[in-house]
Amino acid sequence: MSDTQLHDLISRHEVDLQAEWAKAITSAGSAREDLMKPEELRLQCSDLLRRLRQALKHGGTHDLTGPEWKEVREMLVGVSRTRASQGFTPSETANFVFSLKEPLFQRLRSELSAKPAQLAEETWSASTLIDKMGLLTMETFQQAREDVIRRQQEAMLELSTPVVKLWDGILALPLIGTLDSARTQVVMESLLQRVVAEGTVVVILDITGVPTVDTLVAQHLLKTVTAARLMGTDCIISGIRPQIAQTIVHLGVDLTSVITKASLADAFKIALARRNLMVVKRTAAVAAPVPAGV
Amino acid sequence: MERIPILKMGDFLIVTIQVDMHDRLALALQDDLTTKISATNAKGVLIDISSLEIVDSFIGRMLSNISGMARILDAQTVLTGMQPAVAITLVELGLSLPGIRTALNVERGMSLLRASLAESDDATSEDDVDASHEM
Repeated sequence: MSDTQLHDLISRHEVDLQAEWAKAITSAGSAREDLMKPEELRLQCSDLLRRLRQALKHGGTHDLTGPEWKEVREMLVGVSRTRASQGFTPSETANFVFSLKEPLFQRLRSELSAKPAQLAEETWSASTLIDKMGLLTMETFQQAREDVIRRQQEAMLELSTPVVKLWDGILALPLIGTLDSARTQVVMESLLQRVVAEGTVVVILDITGVPTVDTLVAQHLLKTVTAARLMGTDCIISGIRPQIAQTIVHLGVDLTSVITKASLADAFKIALARRNLMVVKRTAAVAAPVPAGV
Repeated sequence: MERIPILKMGDFLIVTIQVDMHDRLALALQDDLTTKISATNAKGVLIDISSLEIVDSFIGRMLSNISGMARILDAQTVLTGMQPAVAITLVELGLSLPGIRTALNVERGMSLLRASLAESDDATSEDDVDASHEM
C-alpha cells in the first residue's frame, strides 16, 4: 500500500523531482562538473527515477534483491562502477543517491501534511529504501576499487619478475621492488622453470632494484640460490649497493656460500668465464664488416 | 621386494629413480649402493631424479646420507635432473643438501664426474712425481 503511495508520488512529480534531485547533488558539491557533464547527470537522475518508479509499481517491496528491482540494481551498479573509474570520491558517489532524499521528503510532506501518521510511515519507508540503494552503490564502488587494486597487484607481480636470457646458458633475473614471501615464490618458480627449459648453467640475480635488504629478504634470496643449486645451476648475486652490503654485514647474514658481485657486468664476466667464453676487443685488422643498420 | 637397479658404467655407478620413493625402498637403495661401491671400486655415483616428483624430509636426508657414505668409500656423488617443485620443497624443508654436487641433466652430470675424476687423477700423479723427486 505504502509503495503505491510512493509510486504515485514519483510518477506525478517525476520531472520536478528529477530537476530538484540534480540540483541537490550540485548544491552538495558532488556533481563534479569537471568529470561529468550536467546533462549526463540529469540523464542519470531521470533514468534511475524511471527505473525506481517501475520497480515500485511492479515489485513494491523494499527488498532490493527481488527480480523487480533488477533494473534499479543494474543502474546503480553501472553508475557506481563508472564513477569509481572516473575518479569520484566515495562520498560524492554516495551523495548521488542520498540527494534524492531531500526533494522526495519535501513532496511527501506537502502531500501528506494532513496525515502525520502516514507521513511518518512514508518517510520512514522512503528513507530505508534510499539507504539500501546507497549501501548497494557504496558496496559496488568499493568492489570496483578493489578490483583495480587486485589487477594492479597481479600486473606488478608479472612485470617485476622477468627472467632474461643474456647468453646461451646464462640467465639474469633483475629483481625490482621489495621481496616478500609471495613474490619470492613466484620469482623462484619462474626462474627454475626457465632453468629447466633453457638448460642454464649460470643464473645472475641482480638486486640493484631492491630498495632494502633485511634478514627476511636475504633469507628469500638464499632460498632461491639454494634451490637453483639443487638443480645444478650456479647463482651469482649482483648489484649489491654499498648501503646494502653494510646492512647485510650488520645483520649478520651469511652470504659466504654465494658468489656476490657489485655490478651485473662483473657477474656477467664470471658467468662467461664459467662457459669458457670471453669478450675481446676487435682489432682493426680482423674487424668484420659492420652489419647494416648499426 | 621392489628394488632400484644400479648400473655400472666404467668407473661410475648410475642410479635412476623412476618410481615414487617410499622409505623402505630408500633404505634398500642405500644398502645396495654402498655394497656396490665397495664391490666395484667405483669412483663416482650419478643419481638421476628427473622422474621424482614428490620428496619428503626422509628422502632428502637419505640423498644427503648416500652422498656422505659414498664420499667415505672414495666415490663422488652427483645428483641430476631435480625438478623445480622438488628443489623448492627441499629448500622449504630446510634441506639444502650441502656437499652434494648437482647438475641439470645426466649428460652434464657425467661430464662433471669425469672432470672431477681427471682432477683427482692429476693430483695423485703429481703426488707421485713429488714423491719420486724426493727419493
